[in-house]
Amino acid sequence: MGPLGISGEIGEAAVTALRLLWSADPELLAIVALSLEVSLAATALAAMLGLPLGALLALARFPGRGALVLLVNAGMGLPPVVVGLLVYLLLSRSGPLGDHGLLFTPTAMVIAQTILVTPIVAALARQAVTDLLEDYREHLASLGLRPLAAVPVLLVDARYRLATACLAGFGRAAAEVGAILIVGGNIRGHTRTMTTAIALETSKGALEQALALGFVLILVVLAVNLAAAGLQRMARRIEG
Amino acid sequence: MQLPRRVFLALALGAPVSASRAADRSILLATTTSAENSGLLGYLLPRFEKASGIRVKVVAVGTGQALKLGERGDADLLLLHHPPSEEAFVAAGFGIDRREIMANDFLLVGPAEDPAGARGRDVLAAFRAIAASGAPFVSRGDASGTHERERELWRAAGIDPGSAARGWYREAGSGMGATLNIAAAMGAYTLADRGTWASFANRRGLVVLVEGDPRLSNVYAVTLVNPARHPHVKVAEARALADWLGGPEGQAAIGSFEVGGTRPFRPIATARAVPGSDGGR
Repeated sequence: MGPLGISGEIGEAAVTALRLLWSADPELLAIVALSLEVSLAATALAAMLGLPLGALLALARFPGRGALVLLVNAGMGLPPVVVGLLVYLLLSRSGPLGDHGLLFTPTAMVIAQTILVTPIVAALARQAVTDLLEDYREHLASLGLRPLAAVPVLLVDARYRLATACLAGFGRAAAEVGAILIVGGNIRGHTRTMTTAIALETSKGALEQALALGFVLILVVLAVNLAAAGLQRMARRIEG
Repeated sequence: MQLPRRVFLALALGAPVSASRAADRSILLATTTSAENSGLLGYLLPRFEKASGIRVKVVAVGTGQALKLGERGDADLLLLHHPPSEEAFVAAGFGIDRREIMANDFLLVGPAEDPAGARGRDVLAAFRAIAASGAPFVSRGDASGTHERERELWRAAGIDPGSAARGWYREAGSGMGATLNIAAAMGAYTLADRGTWASFANRRGLVVLVEGDPRLSNVYAVTLVNPARHPHVKVAEARALADWLGGPEGQAAIGSFEVGGTRPFRPIATARAVPGSDGGR
């Protein structure tokens, strides 16, 4: 980079980011679309697995529950590179699932990210439902409801906090690079996402381009969160 | 603009997407970061794809990882630049039909002030000068072809940088571009391939100090992953790419690739003997 100083460099990158977006470069749009597809698909799958798991951990009492809660909480810190490596070994042609030819496809990236995001959604969902349960315990008791029978009520009441859990999971997925680089391969036009493209531009020494792509990624994540907030507001209005 | 529709689809389905979107006549080429970062493949492959209708998916990693991908059957064709490990790969039955297709050279780059006085020496003398001065040297440290060559040069110079107690020898554990970024930031010496250097944009104070030494030659070859070991390998398509790269069209394209005002790759494929002709050898 030139003798601009860091603020100058960031300013230039921001201008480049806007120019990239304005030009609607088809390759950039495809990269943004793939990033969104993979991260949203992984978040949706993680929600399907993690929300019921979190509710179960909050409400059910069974042996080993404490250990499972600990495991899920620790799972929020799963190292992406390790998850990527494990999924690689699973999907590799010489691995147990190799016959499906899934390595270096978007599907492989969704699988890896689902593993990373599920513990986040489950742990935050468990906490949300536990908190609500505290508030409602007497109420439920007076109605004669057992906690498990109250699951639907609690999930509906906790919906905004659960939505936040999903957004946290989406944030992890959208920002992640270590796992999808290994199982996706950063193949141009096929498995290249925002984060792997940023890593590639950095390694080429094209720091301004890398930073510009970073701004685009931040804008995309911001847009997803804005959309979620808008949906929440709409839902609240309808509710009354 | 198809963006919103695809996003909506992903939202609505929440399912693994686009696994089978690409046309199926495609191969996976595992190659080194040096071939990819220079922009060479981005220049060559569209020409091949147009001529053949075969789509080439490129995974750019270090030589060590690329060999592992081939060994496990995760790639169809390898494009690498470390002949000893490629020959061992073929000898072990993992690969077939290794063919040298192009060459360039390695460069010793470092700060323009050149505190070790390496400029213009032969490469072994330059390495000894760096070690003696204790000026920082950044190694790839990633079992890549470039890293292997660097280790061979240290051995030939009679120096074991791993035992360097003063910490002038730093292993980056990264690709060529990332290593150049580190060297540029530290004002350190490093060994780079000409292709990556020519296209590298963040040089800061780094300049070329040693080049042209025969010990710095850098040969790239393609090797097919052995279909006898991995039956799913797309051997016909992979061979089509190998033949195109080694043939007149590919060789001409390699020679005409230009970046940063230079032509960093030299075509070196020898014409393959055709039955019935007396083509060479």
